[in-house]
Amino acid sequence: MRAALFVTCVNDALYPGTGIAVVRLLERLGVGVDFPKAQSCCGQPQYNTGYRHETEPLVRRTARAFAEHEYVVTPSGSCAAMIREHYPRIGRKAAAEGRGNELAEAAATLAPRVYELTEFLVDVLGVTDVGAYFPHTVTYHPSCHGLRGLGLGDRPRRLLAAVKGLDLVELPGAEECCGFGGTFALKNPDVSTAMGTDKITAAAGTGAQVLCGADNSCLAHLDGLLRRADSPLRTLHLAEILAATEEEPLS
Amino acid sequence: MTGTYLGMPAFPAVPDLPAFPAAAREAVRDEVLRANLRHATHTIRDKRARAVAELADWDRLRAAGKAVKDHTLRHLDRYLLQLEEAVTAAGGTVHWAADADEANRIVTELVRATGEREVVKVKSMATQEIGLNEALEAAGIAAYETDLAELIVQLGHDRPSHILVPAIHRNRAEIRDVFRAEMAGWGRPAPEPLGDDPRELAEAARLHLREKFLRAKVAVSGANFMVAETGTMVVLESEGNGRMCLTLPETLISVVGIEKVVPTFRDLEIFLQTLPRSSTAERMNPYTTMWTGLGPSRGADGDGPTAFHLVLLDNGRTDTLADETGRQALRCIRCSACLNVCPVYERAGGHAYGSVYPGPIGAILSPQLRGTRSAIDASLPYASTLCGACYEVCPVAIDIPEVLVHLRERVAQGGPVTRAGVRVTLRPADGHTAERAAMRAARLLLDHPGALRAGERLLARARRLAPRRLPGAGRAWTDSRELPTVAAQSFRDWWDRERSNPR
Repeated sequence: MRAALFVTCVNDALYPGTGIAVVRLLERLGVGVDFPKAQSCCGQPQYNTGYRHETEPLVRRTARAFAEHEYVVTPSGSCAAMIREHYPRIGRKAAAEGRGNELAEAAATLAPRVYELTEFLVDVLGVTDVGAYFPHTVTYHPSCHGLRGLGLGDRPRRLLAAVKGLDLVELPGAEECCGFGGTFALKNPDVSTAMGTDKITAAAGTGAQVLCGADNSCLAHLDGLLRRADSPLRTLHLAEILAATEEEPLS
Repeated sequence: MTGTYLGMPAFPAVPDLPAFPAAAREAVRDEVLRANLRHATHTIRDKRARAVAELADWDRLRAAGKAVKDHTLRHLDRYLLQLEEAVTAAGGTVHWAADADEANRIVTELVRATGEREVVKVKSMATQEIGLNEALEAAGIAAYETDLAELIVQLGHDRPSHILVPAIHRNRAEIRDVFRAEMAGWGRPAPEPLGDDPRELAEAARLHLREKFLRAKVAVSGANFMVAETGTMVVLESEGNGRMCLTLPETLISVVGIEKVVPTFRDLEIFLQTLPRSSTAERMNPYTTMWTGLGPSRGADGDGPTAFHLVLLDNGRTDTLADETGRQALRCIRCSACLNVCPVYERAGGHAYGSVYPGPIGAILSPQLRGTRSAIDASLPYASTLCGACYEVCPVAIDIPEVLVHLRERVAQGGPVTRAGVRVTLRPADGHTAERAAMRAARLLLDHPGALRAGERLLARARRLAPRRLPGAGRAWTDSRELPTVAAQSFRDWWDRERSNPR
């Protein structure tokens, strides 16, 4: 089986380790990985801030970059939700505004082929034990777009629970938003910080060494608060934990 | 669509209030307020979840409620005319108010015609929306709020901060202080001594209000629902104060938003289940009062008002109805479940929303009813992380995040809207020039992977120079958070080295 990796712009520039981890993990599970270089940002920052027209070229670009692939895998619940939920909406609106059906068709053909990483592992590959090894105490924050947008349910937790050596502790108030919210973090910094501070306080209270998530943008916000507070708690993307093995531990 | 460009539509009185982020900053720093809100919202959200889980058919009730509301809104003209006919046939009088001024004028004249100088009020957010109390005061008429929480707000010279619990931002010690200081100025003073036990506080309010109920000849109410086929008004409440207002006075004036109509009596079956469970987490609310005009006795037996007036309020609702995406906000049954689960509301408090409708529903309702011209209304669509918790709990399935993004587009890029029945094109709101330029630059960069890659390399090379604090808009991040560390090489570069040219 082959799958295309949609690495997302945040991972590409700031968290390449996440993309590398997805490649290693999928290859270990026998999946050949393609990386179409024409890919870019999904357009979520523009769309969610109110710039739908600026988003359209990125919708077109993403659909074209992955036109050939049966499976498109991305290590981000929010980018997956953007493509699955909002691309068709953007396409329909463009058609309604008289700019043709091309965007709507592109969105409709792409949306069902896009999988968030844990969906791909559990639903398509049918695995929960990916042969990972990570001897640490971990707590998991389910990001809103994964949790409510995609309905990932307990997939991430099942994957983590199957990791050898890993002690998974529940995060109180896990389903509450961390306060990142894309440009919300800049437009409403006080509320954003207050929400994030409550989240890292809850995470630190679990006694975990690692706060795990499946969206690097949320983790960037929480990590920024943790480092400013000189907390020993570190953030890690789920993919990096799943990619770690006894032979190749996470550095 | 007409080609008229309106930067500043002449549409309802626009509040001169600070934008949401500035108002929220105050609230976030108020430790007592944060603790009050956190305690109250978490208690009710947990209870609500249990009450909803009791019903096996919740999802179907939710879908049915949505369907009934959508159907009614699609045929609103027909159902409102049917309602008018039924209310009139039952001995009531129907008045149509296009906006706040007209509604206030109608009510003021109705009260004046009775010769009375005071009214008791219950359950009407619509009257708060239009500023009726202030209009009556200007006409020399005193309006007394009788809902316990609204009484607290009124006595405290305060503003409501929650749809269901307008005084949610107050704790009981604060309420005791308000009662002690203010009750005497409005009527019966607070008993001495007065503690902060909820029972004692409720008794103080009861004694104070009883005097008002027994004296009042005129009442002003709202309604949760209006039934088109029978002309029936429905009020749901917990305290019984509403029933006192609805039955004791001689004249009853109900001010109700036109979106509150449902077609048939049978439709209430859905909402009488979903509203109490969503709002107070009760299986059934303690008091459900229904009245149809003056009833068969026409008030002749002394039970109930002898005159009933219904003021149907538009005030931006028809214009909202014209917007395909935004109109779903009119499905709202004012349960407040979205406020209680909203992490932003929990930190910012209700006052930051600058409207009688706070929280997620307020963030989509106010900028539609009032327009996006003022600083507060242009900022409300951004008062959310789009976490989706509000949509998940909404008993009529309003996709609040969808409407928020839709309204953000209106603020940032402009677009077609209906104002006073006329289709116009709005220009973007002021103050988005820099943001628009940044979004455009980002899109140009992101749409050219070669340029993106060059940018990433530049960023990687300059990564050791990254400042701890950014200037300009970036300060909003670095004031409280560290910046992410830029990686030495991007994923693209790693891929090229490790996978594109296998060694």
